[in-house]
Amino acid sequence: MDKASTSKFSLRTRPTSERLVDVGFKNIVVAMASMVAVVLFSIFAVVYYESTESISRYGLRFLFSSAWNPVTDEYGAFTAIYGTLFTSIASLLIAIPLGVGTAIFITENIIPEYIRNVIGIMVELLAAIPSVVLGLWAVFIMEPFIRPFLNIIYELFGFIPFFSTQPLGAGMMPAILILVVMILPIITSISKDSLKQVPSKLRQAAYGIGASRWTTIFKVIIPASISGITGGVLLALGRAMGETMAVTMIIGNSNNFSWSIFAPSYTISSMLANQFGEADGSQVSSLMYAALILMILTLLVNVFAQWIVKKLSLKYQ
Amino acid sequence: MNYSSQKSLTYNPSLTRNIGNKALTIISALFAIISVLPLILVISYVLIKGGSYINIETLILEPEPPGDDLLSAGGIGPAITGTFIMAVIASIISIPVGVGGGIYLAEYSKSGNFAKFIRFGSNVLAGVPSIIAGVFIYAIIVSTKILFGSMFSGIAGGISLSILMLPTIIKTTDEALKLVPNDMRRAAFGVGASKFTMITNITLPAAFSSISTGVLLALARAAGETAPLIFTALFSRYYITSFDDLFYEMGSLSVLIYNFALEPYEAQNQLAWAASFILVIVLLSLNILSRWIGTLGAFSKNKV
Repeated sequence: MDKASTSKFSLRTRPTSERLVDVGFKNIVVAMASMVAVVLFSIFAVVYYESTESISRYGLRFLFSSAWNPVTDEYGAFTAIYGTLFTSIASLLIAIPLGVGTAIFITENIIPEYIRNVIGIMVELLAAIPSVVLGLWAVFIMEPFIRPFLNIIYELFGFIPFFSTQPLGAGMMPAILILVVMILPIITSISKDSLKQVPSKLRQAAYGIGASRWTTIFKVIIPASISGITGGVLLALGRAMGETMAVTMIIGNSNNFSWSIFAPSYTISSMLANQFGEADGSQVSSLMYAALILMILTLLVNVFAQWIVKKLSLKYQ
Repeated sequence: MNYSSQKSLTYNPSLTRNIGNKALTIISALFAIISVLPLILVISYVLIKGGSYINIETLILEPEPPGDDLLSAGGIGPAITGTFIMAVIASIISIPVGVGGGIYLAEYSKSGNFAKFIRFGSNVLAGVPSIIAGVFIYAIIVSTKILFGSMFSGIAGGISLSILMLPTIIKTTDEALKLVPNDMRRAAFGVGASKFTMITNITLPAAFSSISTGVLLALARAAGETAPLIFTALFSRYYITSFDDLFYEMGSLSVLIYNFALEPYEAQNQLAWAASFILVIVLLSLNILSRWIGTLGAFSKNKV
């Protein structure tokens, strides 16, 4: 290369300032990404640290005792743990068929596409309604409306322990129903997304060998998208277990254990919302212990959800 | 061709499989109607019942203490400003950190173990119940009085909301940047851009609309949250008048709804409905706005 062209096309060396900006920016974004880990670990560390007193005093007894007595300093979270698990699983059992059924209905070509899109958007907008507003609605509108129906069930089936108390307002059953409303959008939208990802070849092949619409759905489409649906259901379960406001407003907040779904009950989160503000001494530590249990439960469900999506997902591309 | 084979090719509605098909289709339609019903019911009750209590006094007055005056409970003005202020505080913290974290995941460490761990961590953080965020902030900020000796404060409330916004913003930034084609990155490097210039001038603007969608959705979720606020920001019936008031209890629409819905007085319940009206209108608008912005971007999910 001759001298003239070298001077004309000389490579620019990067100034130090530019390199410093580059390195500095990278370090800043690494630090910001690490914030997630820092926050997550400190949440665990703080909740665990605050609950050590109760953990060492009650140990596992805390899980199986339903005593909650600030006067004698005797605490156990059995009612709240049972309430959390029972309300979330019962609401899940109602919401799965509704949510997956809706998802199937809006991914099949039964009605014109724009109506299906409107239904899809409406269900997703339901997720935008804050839980405290759903709680308000449940307290003033839904619960008075369903009470006569619950009374009929009580009169007919009162001999079954699950229906053995008279519905008098707030209780487990309205809480389950409002949880259904809250988790329905999650199950519907995630199921819809995974149903849509099933390649149309699979559907065409099923139709080609003479399968009817619903045989295709049950034998081909749902098995092919089961990973996404299961993931959505587990996410909904995690959400239902941690849901606080609507449940607190409608579940009745009573620590007396009862088998009846019409009786007032407790969940861990509603117990926290109710008592944390006024608690002191060993009650705070016991509430933190309950919060730790809730965290571990939701963590297990969420990790399991992520694992199962990876494990079950079939690759079509 | 004989008659029977011809008949087997025509649709016969009385066949078991056709009856079953029809029944299942009707059931799924029924399920879809049941799923949409709560939205319609909740929205219409909130709009009609809440809307009827909205007037200029409700919007600007401070709420009266429950039980003092059965005719007028005052208004929800301080709660509206409180929700706005805490949402702003939460955004100031979570947007830079969330977008920065997302930039790291998408641009710097695409498949490293650390990035995998951060992605997993933000999914886990998204699943942490919101009340736990409140308990956490109570333990590290409120009960330790670390913020210049103040206990319950609007700032503590804003910080607890930012914990809820963070995972959503990180995830959407990560996904939005991943949708930007690599050709654009190579082109930027080709003309001699540094990585910092490439990110700030090329990929971030290209992903801007998708990122704003995520930010708005996170903001809408945070603004409606109650659980993290009930023992961090608590509640206040007064307007904030100075910067110092940020370090004291602050009211918010969601906590107002929670507190006043459980009051035995009709006037307070009406304020709760009015507050739900405002909250629902704002959150639904934010959601619809975010959907609309999401369709604008060159590389948004809806277009690809």
